Amino acid sequence: MRPLVKPLMNLLGLLTLLFMTCSLQALEPISGTAMLSPEMCDMQDDEFANPGMESVERGSVLFHTVDDSEMSCAQCHGEDGAKVDRTSVAAFPKYNREQQRPITIQDQINICKEERMDDFPYLYGSKVLVDLESYIRHLARGEVINVKTDGPIRPFYEEGKKLFETRMGQLDMSCAHCHDYYPGYWLRGQQLGQGQSNGFPTFRLSTQRITSLHRRFTECLGSFRAAPYDPGSTEYINLELYVTARGNGLEIETPAVRD
Amino acid sequence: MLSPKSLLILLMLLAATALNAAEYLPWSQQNFAIDSPLGGFIGNPERGRLLVSQKSKGNCLACHRLPIKDTEFHGTIGPELTGVGNRLTMTQLRLRVSDEKQVNPFSIMPGYHSDPKRLNRVRDDYQGQTILSAQEIEDIVSYLVSLK
Repeated sequence: MRPLVKPLMNLLGLLTLLFMTCSLQALEPISGTAMLSPEMCDMQDDEFANPGMESVERGSVLFHTVDDSEMSCAQCHGEDGAKVDRTSVAAFPKYNREQQRPITIQDQINICKEERMDDFPYLYGSKVLVDLESYIRHLARGEVINVKTDGPIRPFYEEGKKLFETRMGQLDMSCAHCHDYYPGYWLRGQQLGQGQSNGFPTFRLSTQRITSLHRRFTECLGSFRAAPYDPGSTEYINLELYVTARGNGLEIETPAVRD
Repeated sequence: MLSPKSLLILLMLLAATALNAAEYLPWSQQNFAIDSPLGGFIGNPERGRLLVSQKSKGNCLACHRLPIKDTEFHGTIGPELTGVGNRLTMTQLRLRVSDEKQVNPFSIMPGYHSDPKRLNRVRDDYQGQTILSAQEIEDIVSYLVSLK
């Protein structure tokens, strides 16, 4: 019996080590809202005080506006978005068979525009698309994010993860450095969060503007002096896919309020 | 010998090199330390103290706590640097400020005077430059070593 004890203890140690490494990998998603001051939390929850609601309202107007083709989003998706499937909103980005790639809500709006309304698409990341996205995500506020990561979308998810973990710029950092390794720590006066996307488009008090997820990516890359990608680029869409799926289980909080 | 035009170009090139303060001066490490001062510069701890809090320069305070009371909001990502002069020598500090990833490859800490050729996707306006010049590294190192 006795000679068995040592190898068993070694195995136990190894298993503990393995478990620790695995638990580091499997991050329990926490919304950035958990780190807000009580005042900012109140501002986010109060639809009259939340400055992001301006974007939602602009989006609502666009949603109900009849365009040149004498159509509006509301004609198919219902007055006040009554027929918008909240579960489906919480599943974006999702794989599109025809385009053979993941598509975002902004992509979907443009697909509707081109195919159903016979109109030109909007420029990706433009104010119109960001406002419409704010409106649609706000309709699904409280819905649990459930992005698929298996099947044909998997390689795109893996690409997004790879980019998340790639060092970039003169400061030679990756997204993972701040948002996987150091959430909760302080960077000057700013507490680092997990970099969750459940509150996007987000109103940022420091820049006083509604900020789409792709714009936020550009701001982050800029802060470590890296060359940004374009809004709507393959890289950002893959990154959006990974970042959003990483927050599966969180509730949509659009429009969130941040510093 | 030299035409006035080529002389002008030469002068402009020299001026550009002088303005580009953050030019990489190669160094080598031994036993996790850089023995000789970068570029042979002598550090000034007074200047170093200013550089560590300047956001556009060292910005060390973004991640580290330092015994500097007149600046608030010191970061908590990196280790406390108060008393770092008791824990590390000048030559060890020189390597850690120049390129901490030589010590810990997974570190979040930027290499403040590391080879720009090894970087990925650097924004155009920072291409080919180091974050801090050799002189600035020496200033910061001389300040850190004084923290006892």
